[in-house]
Amino acid sequence: MKMRNSIAIALVLIFGIFLFRIFEYHHTSTSLNNSATYYNTNAPAEVGTANVVTAIVVTYRGLDTLGEVTVLFLTALIIGYILKQKNREKSVVNYTSEILITAVNILIPASIILGVYVFINGHLTPGGGFQGGAIIATGIVLLILSNPSKLMNMKVLHFIESISGFTYILIGLAGLLFAGGFLDNRILPLGNIGNLLSAGAIPIIYSLIGLKVGTEISSILASINETKENTIKP
Amino acid sequence: METFKIIMMATLALVMIISAVMAVVSKKMPLAILASGAISLLASVFFLVLASPDVAMTEAAIGAGLTTFLFFIILRKTEQNSHENEK
Repeated sequence: MKMRNSIAIALVLIFGIFLFRIFEYHHTSTSLNNSATYYNTNAPAEVGTANVVTAIVVTYRGLDTLGEVTVLFLTALIIGYILKQKNREKSVVNYTSEILITAVNILIPASIILGVYVFINGHLTPGGGFQGGAIIATGIVLLILSNPSKLMNMKVLHFIESISGFTYILIGLAGLLFAGGFLDNRILPLGNIGNLLSAGAIPIIYSLIGLKVGTEISSILASINETKENTIKP
Repeated sequence: METFKIIMMATLALVMIISAVMAVVSKKMPLAILASGAISLLASVFFLVLASPDVAMTEAAIGAGLTTFLFFIILRKTEQNSHENEK
């Protein structure tokens, strides 16, 4: 035990020295670098978003976002495969406090509306598909916490997830055909900056990402909740 | 204004370190889970002050919200399991 503690302390010290060296050589830049300047000056005209981060995430680096969504999809797939239940049974625990149930009944609609708001306004305000999806999934987690014996309708979750992922790819391919490249948002008119219906296909893409992320995380949590305890062996 | 900001951030950083230590050392599981959630919450405040609201939103939604609740669900499952083993 003593040995292990000293190894841990030594590792922390080495890491601390490492971080301190980085801190020592770090200097705050006073101007934007080349790519940042390009994005800042050209994004509103080229992509039509008020939020430049969204322009980078969805359009300029759209392929990376597709990769992230794919990673999350694979995670959901693997967890669903490992925790697969042949006969889904209701969870044994059924005790939850009355306060939690009442509060959750008020909070679930609010959190789902907030999530939808965040991903629909992704091109105007901070936030977007991932954040909105996570907020929706938080509402679903609250539902699971307050009522553990409730069984989710997995078919609906998987259906929404597959449809939105498929449509996302289709929109990307449409950009390849009708506009500048894969995931180009100019397949739809750009509109005026600041309007809800502007920035081409970005609101649609972000809504699809939001639905996909929300249903994926919800299905992960639901399959964790429905696992019988003795099916996971260490 | 600048000094106030520095003092505020230093306090937040101190609270963050304390809760990180608490998450590791604490013997009570719910306390450790809440402490690890508090780290994410304070980190999201940091991101907001450093002018990156998008990252702050992700950190608050996933780190402070989802992960904490997920840990509580799993805590209940494992505790239930250990009760069954005791019988």
